[in-house]
Amino acid sequence: MRRYFARKLITYGITFFAAVTVDWAIPHMMPGDPIAALVGRLGVQDQATADALYRSFAKAFRQDIPLWKQYFYFWQSLFHGDLGISIMQFPTPVTTLISRSAPYTLSLLIPAILLSWYVGNKVGAMAARRKGLDNTVLPISYLLTATPYMWLAILLAWLFAFIWRVFPIGFAYDATMQKGWTWAFIVNLLYHWFLPFLTLFLVSLGGWAIGMRNMIIYELEADYSHYLEALGAPRRLVRKYAFRNAMLPQITGLALSLGAILGGALVTEIVFSYPGLGFQIFRAISNKDYFVIQGIFLFIIIGTLVANFIIDIAYVLVDPRTRIGMQGGQA
Amino acid sequence: MTEKAKSTAKRTTGKTSEKSDAPVTPAASDIPSERRAKKAAVTSTGMGNAREMVYFAIRNRKLVIGLIIVVFFALFAIFGPYFAQHKPLAYTSPPGHAPTLSHGNYFGTDYTGRDIYAQFVGGLRLLFEVGLIGGSIAAVIGMIVGFTAGYKAGYVDEILTMITNVTLCLPVFAVILVISSYMPVKGVVTEAIFIGSISWPWAARALRAQTFSLTSREFVSLARLSGERSWKIIFKEIAPNMSSYLFMMFILLFGGAILIAATLDFIGLGPSGTMSLGQMLQYAVSGSALVLGLWWWFVPPGLAIMLIVGGAYFMNVGLDEVFNPRLREM
Repeated sequence: MRRYFARKLITYGITFFAAVTVDWAIPHMMPGDPIAALVGRLGVQDQATADALYRSFAKAFRQDIPLWKQYFYFWQSLFHGDLGISIMQFPTPVTTLISRSAPYTLSLLIPAILLSWYVGNKVGAMAARRKGLDNTVLPISYLLTATPYMWLAILLAWLFAFIWRVFPIGFAYDATMQKGWTWAFIVNLLYHWFLPFLTLFLVSLGGWAIGMRNMIIYELEADYSHYLEALGAPRRLVRKYAFRNAMLPQITGLALSLGAILGGALVTEIVFSYPGLGFQIFRAISNKDYFVIQGIFLFIIIGTLVANFIIDIAYVLVDPRTRIGMQGGQA
Repeated sequence: MTEKAKSTAKRTTGKTSEKSDAPVTPAASDIPSERRAKKAAVTSTGMGNAREMVYFAIRNRKLVIGLIIVVFFALFAIFGPYFAQHKPLAYTSPPGHAPTLSHGNYFGTDYTGRDIYAQFVGGLRLLFEVGLIGGSIAAVIGMIVGFTAGYKAGYVDEILTMITNVTLCLPVFAVILVISSYMPVKGVVTEAIFIGSISWPWAARALRAQTFSLTSREFVSLARLSGERSWKIIFKEIAPNMSSYLFMMFILLFGGAILIAATLDFIGLGPSGTMSLGQMLQYAVSGSALVLGLWWWFVPPGLAIMLIVGGAYFMNVGLDEVFNPRLREM
């Protein structure tokens, strides 16, 4: 088990290192001189002034020191929790922006991931090898996984916010609301939260249902299932064992699906103008607010790695073989 | 897991990590397909029984329906633009008009008076381009890494597996987003290269496991003994034995690339000077199509993406059943 975690942690360590390096390197590898561009944008006519400006900007952005030192300083400020300052919303630190918007994204992502996983598994397990149900569940699931998040978001917004006007659209709560832990405010929050949540939930539901359905069919073909059947075990019991075995790949699948649903959350927030990280990064991209892009990217990486690690722990808890270092330990 | 799969997994991995084989594409949590395909590759003797395959293929409803959908849209993408009476980006029609035949605006017009039909068929072309190029690049990288790691074993395998796992941990979309926000995408090909070069890891991992299990088979040992070169063994002995699987893998990569491209385009990181389906959705949202109720602007692009990618996945399941007798409906 120690070996299992050691391996995982090494992988995550390298991933983090690579991600930070990419995050740092991309602006530096960019063709063109960003500082010259900045000076150029100011439109200074006098050459001497322009040169002086260039030098002071270079100093301010620490561009006048060797590259390896810049890289070192990047790590240093990272460990001090300093991700720079937003250019667009000057002088808000990027960390403040992130801590302001991250709760909204997480409140969408975590329930959507867990619920879709749970419901999808149940639905998929029910549909496997039951012809009637399978013929409806499978096509619907495939269409759901093939749906672009933003399109479903647009459709839901159009249907429920513009045609039937059941749900509000835009922002996390009504502008007229008084912020605070009152019932009215919480209900209002939930109202605004529901449609983006539903989008994420539905799209990822399909994938889990398909995965579980296929796994169950596979497990029902396994030797132990045939043996149980031959012993005269009731169908339900066999399916129960199949379900428990089919669960394991679904748990690891959870880690692999994080990237996709995260991308989904970003675009869903944009459609609903929901003030989470996706909305923030969208604004940063359209305004070329690079520190914010860099910061949010790092935050996403760290979040994904932490989630991966939690899933690893869950896997150890669920699969006893990992604990005694048997073959499942490589999982 | 069956005993066979388990034992291969055990031999394959040694100490390396073998998560499930789930494709990481947004699309496909078609987790066991690799394992099942592995079985297919092992049980069926290559493509020898082609006639039997065709027999089951044309009787497989999923495969046929999926194929019809994809082919329909492919034909639409090829011939559709010839029927467009306007240019996709030209403001030549009455703005915000519902679908009509009178001005040749079969799908209506957008808020600024551009023809939706022209945008749609042009977007379909871009979609197939991104899917095919991005999917191919990812498939090639996945094959190189997967074959090499599975065949060579040892240090090479350790290093390649580590690279694969690291890339797999990175949230694909976030990485592409950051890269393309600094380096503006010039064209569809650039975008497809970005997408292809980051979405290969699950394919590499799946192929590695398969290659490993085939490497220990007699015919491969024979080829080795007879002094064949490694790459020849890989492409003459190993690859043909999983040709069905390679094809299915490409379908999933194709669908995944389309979805990633659509999402990127929607955020505004798509190629400039084009109108892809994702960009249509972006303009529909920013052009307040929702408020104005211009449903013909935002329904077709998303619907097409959903049907094409869904149709591709359907083909994938159907093929899986064709190649793997155990999965055929009884």
